[in-house]
This record gives sequence, structure tokens and C-alpha cells, in this order.
Amino acid sequence: MKELAVALRAEQVAREDLVMFVNACFSCTGQHEFYNDARGQAVSIEFLHEYILGNYRRLYTRTLAAGINHFNRAQIVLNLLATGRDTPAADRREEGALIAATLRALPPPRAYRVLELLRSRRINNRRSRAIIREFVAGRPDPDFDAVKYRSKLRSAVVHAHLKLGDERGPFLFHGWRKRVYTRPLLEKFRQAHYTQEALFELPFTIAEGLAYKHGIPRAVFLERIDSRLTQAERLRLQGSAARADGTELSVDLSRVPLTRLALYALSLSPQARQERRAELHGALVQTTARTLGRAPLTLGRVAAVLDNSYSSSGSHEKRRRPYGVALASHYLLSAAAREYRAFWTTPVEDPLLNKPRGQTDLATPLLDALEWGPDLVVVVSDGYDNGPPNAVADLTRIFRTRLDPGRRTSIIHANPVFDSELFAPRGLGTSVPTVGVRDAEDLPTVLGFARFAEGAAPLSELEYYLAARVRVLLERDARKRGVPSPLGPEVSPQGLPEEAEPSLEEEEV
Amino acid sequence: MGRGSAVKKQLGLQGLRVAPSQVYGNFRLVPVLRDMVRGDLRMTQRKYKDDLAVVSLGGEPMAPGLKYASYIPHGLVMSWDKQQVEAAVETRLTKPDGKQLKVGPFSLRVMHRMVRREDRQQLRLLPLHLAMEGFLALHFAGPEIAWHEYSRESLSRGLSPRIEQSVPGWANAAFAQALRVFEIHEQQVGMLIYRADVLLSAFILAHPDDYRALHQPMLEDFYGELLLQYGFLEEVTPLGGSIHEQRVSSLKDLRAEVARLRQDWADFVQDVMGEGLLKTDVTATPVYEAGPFTLERFITSLEPSAENHIGEMILREEDGTIEYLKTYRLSAAQTRRAYLLKQLAAAGWNLDDAALNLRTTKAELIVRIHNAGFDHLFKPEVLEQAQRHQSRR
Repeated sequence: MKELAVALRAEQVAREDLVMFVNACFSCTGQHEFYNDARGQAVSIEFLHEYILGNYRRLYTRTLAAGINHFNRAQIVLNLLATGRDTPAADRREEGALIAATLRALPPPRAYRVLELLRSRRINNRRSRAIIREFVAGRPDPDFDAVKYRSKLRSAVVHAHLKLGDERGPFLFHGWRKRVYTRPLLEKFRQAHYTQEALFELPFTIAEGLAYKHGIPRAVFLERIDSRLTQAERLRLQGSAARADGTELSVDLSRVPLTRLALYALSLSPQARQERRAELHGALVQTTARTLGRAPLTLGRVAAVLDNSYSSSGSHEKRRRPYGVALASHYLLSAAAREYRAFWTTPVEDPLLNKPRGQTDLATPLLDALEWGPDLVVVVSDGYDNGPPNAVADLTRIFRTRLDPGRRTSIIHANPVFDSELFAPRGLGTSVPTVGVRDAEDLPTVLGFARFAEGAAPLSELEYYLAARVRVLLERDARKRGVPSPLGPEVSPQGLPEEAEPSLEEEEV
Repeated sequence: MGRGSAVKKQLGLQGLRVAPSQVYGNFRLVPVLRDMVRGDLRMTQRKYKDDLAVVSLGGEPMAPGLKYASYIPHGLVMSWDKQQVEAAVETRLTKPDGKQLKVGPFSLRVMHRMVRREDRQQLRLLPLHLAMEGFLALHFAGPEIAWHEYSRESLSRGLSPRIEQSVPGWANAAFAQALRVFEIHEQQVGMLIYRADVLLSAFILAHPDDYRALHQPMLEDFYGELLLQYGFLEEVTPLGGSIHEQRVSSLKDLRAEVARLRQDWADFVQDVMGEGLLKTDVTATPVYEAGPFTLERFITSLEPSAENHIGEMILREEDGTIEYLKTYRLSAAQTRRAYLLKQLAAAGWNLDDAALNLRTTKAELIVRIHNAGFDHLFKPEVLEQAQRHQSRR
């Protein structure tokens, strides 16, 4: 009897640990938040990684497939490669496949950054070298990578003792000092050190430094490099281009990922937002439709309680991110739900024209939302509730126990902010499951994950959930590369919807 | 500066509302809201970038006379004319105020009076310095009767120079953080600042926009030394209260319960947490009559066992609403000094009578006054004799 109790308790602890970890991996990026500084965040998330890695290695690995954010995926890959010796023989194959697939799925700058960190953290073993070799060999445009990520690629090549065999070898180690290259892009890079013309054929980040060297005026440079800009660069440079010389960079807003688009809209001045309201709103609606097309989400009567208090203005590293996530969730939920109403903490006429202001009174909008009688209430907030403090925790508990014991209305709290002191996103009491989010696009995934955060589902189900997601990830990766799945067909993911492809293609070239 | 006579009154918070506190470390910041904003009194900040300011309290600025010297980073400009209100808010005032002098590498500003009429309906005041000056000037003239114990210096020059120390807000990094992460309410006009749940200062203005502008500059103001002293006490809890589960049978009840929580908190602040300032008698002295407003400064009872504040406020004459309030918490030592002076003055500066009132001996009283920080009040031989007498016991 006693052994059973111990086993049950152990199972509960394991489940809570994992839920905490996955939640942290959704929201934390080791950056400064409104309430916590970057140092605290980094220490906190680092500890969590080490703790989970040491105790639940297999589940730690499988978290890679849970749809967590890029920062934490990179951390997991690094930690796994650093401790390859501890992998049980049975898990080696899956772990290797997951690491490789994750690296391929990460945005290239992040993936190359991981390779660079392998070198600076002196992680060098047979598996790491094989992973590096495989990653570099699998890149679609080797010359482009050699030019754009030259120093990172070079450090990876040195670290893994790679023989590149073609002109990239001399290019990485001699650069423009070599006489001539036969590959056109490498040759352009060499020429760009001597003539201005060649520079406009290069990727923007490389051309930028060379343009300064040649003394090309910023406005001229931006106008001529226009065709080489990636979507993300285009969006980022809008403001500075307009400041430089009133240059208009054409940007197709409907191709930008949803949360980034929301953040872009919020970064504009109030006048600009007012003037371009129709355009921004249209783009947001269109992007939402595209996001939902990729990851279908159909909901019934949904109320969103959205936090636009002053703390949702984020920090200097994550400007307005909590508010941006709330705004993007507003669009996403309104498109996914049959009936939808938004309740902001400070009532707004038009959320697109508003700015984070005022105290966090979650109780009033939550009561309004509950009175409307929805099937699902989604609270998007950083979890700091001060009007009055912790009223929401009490309120939801009593609502659950006395007013709605039959769970007709489910309440879910999505938190874009990681609290480094709690090692988790700050919650709203015990009756509301809290899940971390990085982007509003994660909402379909985290809504699926919320049942684990609630504590209703047992550990085995969580394990199965992660295993199924691993399978989906690896199959998708294999399909993309046109090879058979590395795990073979023994387990099949039942009833798990095809998840959204993290929108990398758009962010990248 | 027409000075009226002192009256006893209670501050209270008529027309104002207290919202739930926001906590950072061991700071508790309690927002004060105003539901009805009349908008006929506005305050703007005027920055001074001088290392020291000398304010002449009477007579011409450059003439010899009574002076108040302090580091003054900013003053407040108060306007109460409808037209001028707009102008004062919209424009940055760069009118010369006093005279700027260069003293070596330092700059010094000589100003005329604590409160100065600048225009028909515009007043410049030096926040909190006004109250502090009132505090320093308590019994400043020294003994009125030349009892033989008092030194020649104290008989001829009074207590001059009278010095007190205070702590600037930026001396405490946690305070800066607490102000940064504080979420300002839409109708917020003021704030009660608690450190380790001890009231440190209250700051209230007439208009929410003015408050929003003056929220961050609170860091430049000066505070009692509890700002530093209580820095290592443990973190305070959010204090939200809880909902009575039995009373809830519908969403409406739940809403009522949340409203009750807010009300309970507001009452708790007024009755318990702010009791030492809001519910006790203060001695208020009118300083300036400005149209429909009176500027007053006040001081609490100076009982060493109670919490003591000094401060200044602007009251609307018709209904006594507080339109401006800024307070400073006296430290125990500061209270003791003022208390002893008050006792001496009450006994006509006669040490035997004062000792009798305080139920102590004359020797002990002399040592006490000396230890409190009045070094030159007594003749050296009187002090020595008292100290010898004390140590013999």
C-alpha cells in the first residue's frame, strides 16, 4: 500500500516537473521581461534544463517535438550533445534523429549559432561531429550559407574537422584574398571588396558592412539591395529606411507571421497606425486565416480576457510582446471561434490603435466574460493581477466549485511571460491551467497541452502525447527530405492533428 | 507670505479613493484615485540643474538674512486659471527663477522664498522643502529667557544653523524598480508609499495627467531615513483578502464579493495602514492663499511613541478637498529633537520645569538634549557637570 502511494506521488511529481518545463520552454527566451531581468531569466531556465535533463532524459529529448520556442530547442540540442554518454542505448537512434531534425527545422541563423556554441562550449564528440556534418551537407544552398554565415560555418568546419572538398574550403579560410572563384556567389563576395556593383548581389547582412566600407549612402544602398532583403529584414528596416531618405521598402504584410505582424503594427506611431489601420487590419485578418489554414482550430463560443495593462509593454528586449501576443490571439480566436467576444483589462475601442496602459484588473473582465456564458475562456496575461491582488485565483476557484462544477465553461490561461522566480509562467491560482506561449500561433498547440497543465491527465498520457508528436515531427522531416522515417512504422499517432509547421520559410530567405 | 495661526485638523481622504496596492520587494505602493477631476488646478515640474539652492526666507535674495540651503532638483509650478492651466501644461516653462551663480565647479541657485507668486494665477513652490523649512524653523529662535544654563551662542543666535538629513529616492535601487514596474491607474492622482508596511510618504495631486508626469520624478524627492533603514526587512505580501465562499451562489454575488474586497482594502488603508497620517490630529499652518485654494503645511503630534510626519497640502476652500499633498516621515531621532524643543518651549525654556514635566532630573534632561544633537545649546561647564552627575548614578 505504501509503495503504491510512493509510486503515485512520484508519478505526480514527474508530471508536474514536465509540465513546468514544457511551459517554461514555450515562454522563456532568457531575455529581460517587465518584472525580471535577463540574468535571472537565464539562471532560472538553465537550472530547469539541467534538472529535467538529469532526471527525465527521454522526456527532455522529446520536448523538442512539443512545439516549444527556438531558444529552448537550441538549448536542449546543446545539452543533449554535451551529455551524449548518458543516453541509454535504446534511445540513441531517436535522440539523434530528433536532434538532426530539430537543427534542420530551426531558422538557419539559430542553427548555425548552435554549431558555434558547440565549439565555444567545447562539446566535441563523434555524434556532435556527425550532426554537424549532416547538417552542413543537408543545406539547400551551400554557397549562400558560406557567404551569409561565413564565420559560423568556418567555426563548425574547424570544430568537426570537415573536408568541404569544393571552393568553399579556400573561401572560408582565405576569403576575398584568393585570386578568383568559379562559383558565382563566392566570386561576387570577393569582387564586392573591390567594386561597389558586386555588393548588391550579396545577402543584405553581408552587403551592409561592405556598403559602409565603400561609403555608399544609406538610402541608395537600401533602394538597390531591396530585392535581396528577406521578409524579416524588410519588416525590420521599414522605419530606418523611411528615416534615412523616405525610401519605401515594399513589404507584403500578409506573408509575415501573425505575432510578428502584430508587433510590427504596434511598433508604429499612433498616427501611422491610424492612417494605415485598414491595411494593417486586413493583413492581420489575412495572416490569421493563413495560420488557421495550416493549423486548423475550430472553437465554439469563446471569450478572450486580454491583458493590456502597463506590464504588457514588455521590456527593452521584448518590446510590447505580451500586448502583441494578446492582440494576435484576439485575431486568431475571433477567426477560429463560432462566436467570439474580447474583454480587455482596460476597455479599448480598437485594440490595434491602443497602447499598454493602466493596472491589471483581471477580475472585472473575467466576470464580464463568464456572464456572457462562453464554452471557453482564454486569458492572455502575464499573471500579475493587482486589482485586487489574487482575486482571480479566488474567483475562479469558487466559480469552479460552486457555480460551475460540471465544467460547462473551461478557462485556460496563456502566459507569454516566464517568471524566473517561480521557474514557470505565473499562474492564476490552482483552478486555471496555465500554459506558456511565445507566439499567438502556438495557441492551437498549447490549448491541446492545457489538459496536462490542469493535472487531469496522467503522466502516461503526457508521455504518449510527446511520443506521438515526436513521430509526427520525424515523419514530416523525413517526408521533406524524401527518405523513410528513421523510427519505422511500429507506433502510429492516433487522433493527433497535423500541427502547424513553425513558420520558418516566411522568416527566412 | 501671510502666515495664519495654526489649527488642529485631520487629513482624511475626502473625494479620493484608494485602489489595491502593488507590491515590489518590501515596497508597497498604494494608488490614490480621484473620481471627479475639476481640472482647474494643474501642477507642472520645473527642473533646476544646480548643485545647491539657497532660498531666502525673508528679505531680498542677495541680502543677508535667514536662508534655507538644500539640494533642490525641481520645483512645482501651480496654476489655477482656466486659460493659464492649458498654457502651463502645454509649454515648458523656462522663465528665470532666482539667480544662478557659479562657485568653482559648482552651480548655485539663489531663490526668493519657498512659495512665490509668479503671475496673477501662478505659484511656484518647492515641494517638501516648504514643509521641511517649517520643521527646521520650530523654536528656531532659541531660548526666550536667558536662563544661565544656555550658552552665549544659543542666546544670541538661536539654534542656527539647524540641520537635518534626509534620503533622496534614488539612493535606493529597489525604489526605482518599484516605481518602474508600478502600473498607473487611469484616474490615479497620487500614491501612498510604504516600506516594510510602514508609511513613508504620501503624494497626491489634483489631476491624473500631472500625476503621470510626476510619477517618475518622485525618485528625485527626499524621504525619511526609513527608506534605507528598513531595506533588509522581508518582502511584503500582496494583501488581497479573500472571497467568502458561502455567500456566493451566482455570478452577481461573485461580482459583489470582488467589489467588497476592493472596499475592504480601501477601508483598511484609511483606518489602519494610513492611520498615523490620515486619522490623527495634525497642526496645520496656512502659508499662502491662492485664489480658491489655501496652501498649508502641517506636522503631527511629535509624540516619540507615535509615527510622525511633516507635510504640505493645498486645500480647496469651499469643501476642504485635498488638491495637493506631500509628506515626509520623520525618523525617530528627528522626532526626538523636535519633541525636546517643544517641551523646552512649553516650559518657557526653564530646564527645571521641563524636567518636572518630563518626570526626569535636570541633569538627565541636559544630557538627553545634548545627545539628541543640540551640541552648543548649553554652556560647557553646565553640560560637563550634568554628564558627571549622570555617570555617578
